[in-house]
Amino acid sequence: MATDAAGLGRRRAAVFVAPALLLVAGFLVLPALWTIYLGATDYQLTGLAAADPQFTGLDNARRALDEDEFTHSLGLTLQFVVGSAVLGQALLGFTIAWLLRDRTGPLRRLVEALVLLAWILPSSVVAFLWIALLDRDGGTLNTLLGSGNTAWLVEHPMASIIVFNIWRGTAFSMMLYAAALGTVPPSQLETARLAGASAWQQLRDVVLPLIRGHVLTNLLLISLWTFNDFTPFLLTGGGPGDATETLPVFIYNTALFGGELGYGAALSVLMLLINLVIALVYTRLLRAREKAAS
Amino acid sequence: MAAIHLSGLTKDYPGGVRALDGIDLTVADGEFFALLGPSGCGKTTLLRTVAGLEEATGGAVRIGGDDVTRTPPGRRDVAMVFQDYALFPHMTVADNIAYPLRIRKVPAARRRDKAAETARELGLGDHLARRPGQLSGGQQQRVALARAMACHPSAFLFDEPLSNLDARLRLEARTFLKRLQRDLRVTTVFVTHDQAEALALADRIAVLEAGRVRQTGTPTEIFRRPANTFVASFIGSTPMNLLPGTVERGGGHVTVGGVPLPAGPARAALTGGEEVVYGIRPEYLTFSGTPGPGGGALPGTVTVVENMGSTQLVTLEGPAGTVQVVVPEDTPAEPGGAGYAVPRSDRVLLYREGQLVG
Amino acid sequence: MTPGQAVRTVLRYASLSLLLAFFALPLLWLAFAPFDRAPQIAVSLPEFTLDNFRDLLDNENALRSLRNSLLLAAGTGAVVVTLSALAAYALSRVRLPGRDALLYALLLLSSIVTGTAAMVPLFNLAYELDLIDSQLGVILVLSGGLLPSAIFILKDFTDATPRSYEESARVFGASPLQIMRHIVVPVIRPGLATIGVWAVAQVWGNFLIPFLLLRSPDKSPAAVVMYTFYTEGGQPDLALISTFSLLYSLPVVLMFLLVSSRYGFRFHGGIKR
Repeated sequence: MATDAAGLGRRRAAVFVAPALLLVAGFLVLPALWTIYLGATDYQLTGLAAADPQFTGLDNARRALDEDEFTHSLGLTLQFVVGSAVLGQALLGFTIAWLLRDRTGPLRRLVEALVLLAWILPSSVVAFLWIALLDRDGGTLNTLLGSGNTAWLVEHPMASIIVFNIWRGTAFSMMLYAAALGTVPPSQLETARLAGASAWQQLRDVVLPLIRGHVLTNLLLISLWTFNDFTPFLLTGGGPGDATETLPVFIYNTALFGGELGYGAALSVLMLLINLVIALVYTRLLRAREKAAS
Repeated sequence: MAAIHLSGLTKDYPGGVRALDGIDLTVADGEFFALLGPSGCGKTTLLRTVAGLEEATGGAVRIGGDDVTRTPPGRRDVAMVFQDYALFPHMTVADNIAYPLRIRKVPAARRRDKAAETARELGLGDHLARRPGQLSGGQQQRVALARAMACHPSAFLFDEPLSNLDARLRLEARTFLKRLQRDLRVTTVFVTHDQAEALALADRIAVLEAGRVRQTGTPTEIFRRPANTFVASFIGSTPMNLLPGTVERGGGHVTVGGVPLPAGPARAALTGGEEVVYGIRPEYLTFSGTPGPGGGALPGTVTVVENMGSTQLVTLEGPAGTVQVVVPEDTPAEPGGAGYAVPRSDRVLLYREGQLVG
Repeated sequence: MTPGQAVRTVLRYASLSLLLAFFALPLLWLAFAPFDRAPQIAVSLPEFTLDNFRDLLDNENALRSLRNSLLLAAGTGAVVVTLSALAAYALSRVRLPGRDALLYALLLLSSIVTGTAAMVPLFNLAYELDLIDSQLGVILVLSGGLLPSAIFILKDFTDATPRSYEESARVFGASPLQIMRHIVVPVIRPGLATIGVWAVAQVWGNFLIPFLLLRSPDKSPAAVVMYTFYTEGGQPDLALISTFSLLYSLPVVLMFLLVSSRYGFRFHGGIKR
């Protein structure tokens, strides 16, 4: 049917779209392409290679695969994503949504408020709150558990940032699953209950099949975000040593702190590729669901 | 005040969809004119093309003698009331009504007075400071009308003006609209899919199908003598009975389901042996439980009786097919019983290849 | 109540209490320490005082960082709202060639090219454009990253508003720009407000981009200054850190409350990252 309701005309429409596109092109598309080029050079922040970078082809990629540091970092990232997002946030978020599903009143509001607060506070603030919580000398956790002078961020660094990120990001999953549970028709649950199904059987036979799409969306999005999360840096800076150097932190430490921009760019290309795969799966999913809906 | 002439109007959408296919129409000055048709027939596209919201692919639109085919919508001096009324939700009733005047740079004080005056005429005087969201459906419709009236256009265009109202309110609004148009005497074109609405409101009606005008005429003409079987089956609250038949030698009768029936006013134009469609409205059939003395009755078994208040709709199944008859409320008719339907001979219509004979 | 039901109820409340404890524990310090005469690293009931806030208001370094945050957030918010509204409206109402492909590409891009994945080229780009240590540079980079999602959400919003508003105004003779001003902007105002608040909240909490692009401490926003408060050598000043954290967190909490009370919490996939 008719589209141009205000009589804008194509030329003016193009003028409307242009500034936004320019900015996106300049600060999103261009950097992505530039990474690919930089990743194939030995560009450095300082020194000889800073003035005159050489094209080195796939050397950086080869170096990444040869060096243990990179595979080590990739392994940590996998632990971080699977542990804190896929297992932690998704399961905890679903549990909270399930526990609160037919509850109203102050208890529900209190739980939701705290979970949301953890999500919306600025990252440098929550990072310090956790540093204080996990502090060796007089931190709240040690006082509470009576665990003496345990330096959690030093002795159990990966576990610490995984638990931290569960705390930080569960809100999204909780809200998504609460919305998803709201779409389950009560009549179907009642039918199952009349047939004598237990809560667990209702969950397995009625709820989960209906919200499968939501689960997949949730897992893809939180994986993507957790994979790109820079907040662990604020807690540990990647340390002690390289014990919490997930890929984003590794790239920062290599490229911007260590000055090896070319190598860092090659690692970034890898990150972009992983992001691309997750995002493609996600948009496919959205399109399939849109098609199913129409 | 202005007449509207459409000649050879064509509208093609990208992708080869032809929404309007050579429309020729004249709406006289001051006339209340209905564009009637099933959904997808092009009636709304036609109205929007007159308004200028759609650009015609071919042909011409003239309003008051000026060719406005390529004139942008704001300069055609018409006002349009949309199906959803399109009242601006963030403006008060007064600001909504005054909006066309604001565009024409009328000073604020005059705008206010004019809006208040128009609102009063339509019984909206107490609601000037409200937002559209706080009004009932009927009030919203009147605000939309007031907004259209405020700038004294040379023509009104209404897109399904009554479809957003519930059934009871619709009747009231229909009477109101007719009186308003009578008083203002402004050329008005409205679109509807409801034949009863078109018959009740319009001075003249154009029935559209698939982007073409199938018939133009007064409500009486359209109801009494539908020019083709499409119009015949579209007009009327119960659809016309259309039964296949054969003209007898001499042309005085048409045999339908083995029964010779009177051929009606068109008898002079018939030739013996030709196939025609025998059209008779349910209202123009007389029902009885016995064949009657004179013959010429369609026999059948009563299958359904629907109570319509002051009348009943009786469905008969017989050798001629399904026949529906409107009968008075106290006529005895029971499903399963025998029934006979006798056509009123002066209301018989015959169609040859879909077109009215005679 | 059967014993089974009783056990289940107890389990349910026990797990809810545990959850509450887990989420509340780290936040307690933020609630108590700012009001404590001598804040410790552990949570303790405060010896109530407001002196810490008085000290904070004398700390030019802290206040300047909040002003910098405000500047970055307001600047980015203005750029994002203006440009995304223009683009979303045009994309919603005019069938530009390649529109659907463009929208699809934007959706993909915004999720792929994150600040973390693109930090190296972003740093490089800013360096080449002489935008290192420039607040304008930070605003541009952040806007570029937020625009695709903003356009998407606003286009949804515009698609959902009836075209008849604009058509009606057009039949009355309003020009396209009058239609924008009188009709479109007021009608999609809730959408604009949502995008504005969302963009401001994103920038307010963002650490990486200003950390990457700004060099001088007097241009750094609160996110970065907060980080330096507890990483730069010496004993951290807990009174300063706690009050500053509270003051710095307050605006996002208020904005969140405002948006969820005024417009309800509309769920837009990926609105917060």
